[in-house]
Amino acid sequence: MQLLEPLEKDRSNLIKAIQMVQAEKGFISTQAIKEISDHFGIPVVEVEGVLSFYAQFKRSKPGKYKIAVCDGTACHIKGSSRVKNWLVEELKIDDGETTEDGLFSMETVACLGCCSLAPVVSINGKVYGNLNRKKLLKIIKDYKNRGDN
Amino acid sequence: MIKRIKVGMASCGIAAGASEVKKFLQQNIDDENIEIIEVGCIGHCYAEPLVEVETEKTSIFFDQVEPTEEYLEKILSVDKNSAMTFRDERVSREKLKVTRLAGRIDPVSFDEYIEHGGYQSLEKARKMQPEEIIKEVKTSGLRGRGGGGFPTGLKWSFLAAKEAEKKILICNADEGDPGAFMDRSMMESVPHQVLEGMLIAALATGATELFIYARAEYPLAVKNINKAIDQIYEHKVNVFDDRVIDITVKEGAGAFVCGEETAMIHSLEGNRGNPRFRPPYPTDEGYKGYPTLINNVESFSNVPIVIKEGGKKYAELGTENSKGTKLFALAGDLKYAGLVEVPMGLTIGEVVYDIGGAQRGEVKAVQIGGPSGGCIPAEHFDVPIDYDSLESLGAIMGSGGLIVIGSNRCMVETARYFLEFTTKESCGKCTFCRIGTKRMLETLEKITKGEGSMDDIEFLEDLGPKVIEASLCGLGQTAPNPVLSTLRYFKDEYLAHVKDKHCPALQCNDLVDIFLDQETCIECRQCIKNCPVDAISDDFVVDNDICTRCNTCVEVCPVDAISRVKRGEKNG
Repeated sequence: MQLLEPLEKDRSNLIKAIQMVQAEKGFISTQAIKEISDHFGIPVVEVEGVLSFYAQFKRSKPGKYKIAVCDGTACHIKGSSRVKNWLVEELKIDDGETTEDGLFSMETVACLGCCSLAPVVSINGKVYGNLNRKKLLKIIKDYKNRGDN
Repeated sequence: MIKRIKVGMASCGIAAGASEVKKFLQQNIDDENIEIIEVGCIGHCYAEPLVEVETEKTSIFFDQVEPTEEYLEKILSVDKNSAMTFRDERVSREKLKVTRLAGRIDPVSFDEYIEHGGYQSLEKARKMQPEEIIKEVKTSGLRGRGGGGFPTGLKWSFLAAKEAEKKILICNADEGDPGAFMDRSMMESVPHQVLEGMLIAALATGATELFIYARAEYPLAVKNINKAIDQIYEHKVNVFDDRVIDITVKEGAGAFVCGEETAMIHSLEGNRGNPRFRPPYPTDEGYKGYPTLINNVESFSNVPIVIKEGGKKYAELGTENSKGTKLFALAGDLKYAGLVEVPMGLTIGEVVYDIGGAQRGEVKAVQIGGPSGGCIPAEHFDVPIDYDSLESLGAIMGSGGLIVIGSNRCMVETARYFLEFTTKESCGKCTFCRIGTKRMLETLEKITKGEGSMDDIEFLEDLGPKVIEASLCGLGQTAPNPVLSTLRYFKDEYLAHVKDKHCPALQCNDLVDIFLDQETCIECRQCIKNCPVDAISDDFVVDNDICTRCNTCVEVCPVDAISRVKRGEKNG
């Protein structure tokens, strides 16, 4: 894989390599695993073993807008499970799933580190804080209106 | 004359809208003499977005700034009447040492760090013998700030004593505790201070290769620390008499267990982050077999202060066995959330009530140390914050997450939440951690659903200590703490769930109904309009079979006519 060329073929770079592929493609395909294993000269099962250990790595294609619902302690206390349920109702997808139109995917994450703004979600890395249902649905609507562009 | 305008742009500031504020200021201020820069976090997260205006003589802060003409006017006229006030209750108790420069300087300006005395401690250390540096750190009484509390100087002496071709130094920046953001803030706001501490450690221990293992979820921290590394390379700060030090930032990939040192080493080597048995300790056999030392971000950030002041002076602050200050990420049910730095020995009550502004009587407990820690009930808030006092209460210092739990929260649910986290994060190596936490979680779920029995409580009390006993690493050894400490202090809540099928805090959804009081109701239909599942009829009765307890109606009702009540109490 051309992307991995600059990376030294040392095992300690394996996680970095998977991160680079995911940053480029959004997820790790079976084909990508094969190419990573070729690059380092280690068995496919070793690559799969490492990537399945870490929560960051996705094996399926995420939506255009990736929603991360923070379920850190502060957010949990301030009702992050409700925030998640609002999204489940609105988008008809559950944790780790992508909407049929490929627009949104959702996952709960441990902590975004913005505890003073709890509860928060992030959409493609942009953090939205102090959420209530109305505010959240408005944000989702805005993204929907942007659509595929 | 305004010299500079500083916008707080750490993650918390950006989330509160600081980018828009900065953009607005840039577009609307056309005076070339006024520099607009991004700074980190001063710790007053509740007041974001924050803008500091620096004049020749003084500087003032504006809080909760909006990108509007009104605020622009206030900023440009340096309007003291609209300035943010720093509450004396907080200022008089805080002791800003480690975070002295956080949010006050441009995080990625090498020159500004130097202007504020940066790298002077490193210069001082260069003139000292390695043993002298270690002696100062030992004298200072500095203990690991990542949670374990192991004496830092002692750890350093282990690595220094090793003869090896390579020696490795790792900065643990894998801040995985949900609710903790001390390390993120330090790396975003004063990355050079972290690096200075690491370089001093390298001098003292003879380390040759340095790593920073950072959480991947902290993009800004990684960006700033990488910029800072480039700058020290450029200024040759990393060049020692006999060697050149390389510092590499490695991003983690989302695994809580990698905060454990042997797991972190495996992860750095490109493997699954499973911990292993100790001994051999990392200082004997670590990364790729080389002797390895791991300290966390806050510990390293303390080092330049120890060297600057000398160990003896540093040790003047704090309690007998806990010296210096501790950073806490203060969040939850309180008014002033943020990052605080307090001297060891301050009481929890002072942090929660005085600094945090939580209401006396409305706080049930604090959870300290995240999912590995325990809860401390309000009646013990007079306990001083130090390693030993907290441990005697069944909690730990932990890395510094301090979550205030209000009286309207359910402690059984809180314990369930923490256990759910550790169960998910268990790497699966030890049976008691893998299956034991799972069984404990299932039992807690049963109880919160009102299906628990007295046997279940006994089961938790029996299994908890066994999981602690039979787990290899800190994750399993601490996972039962939230359950055991809530059982210790809040057993009545467990009993209410089990015996009366009642959640006293009315939080556990399976044990509550939603009740609409028709006498208070003004028939505004807000609840009907907003209910996502049409559970409220046109004559204002909640159908609790349809209702998902999402609480939307409770929140939108303008006259508080809708409330959560004990299941079956009002409607059945």
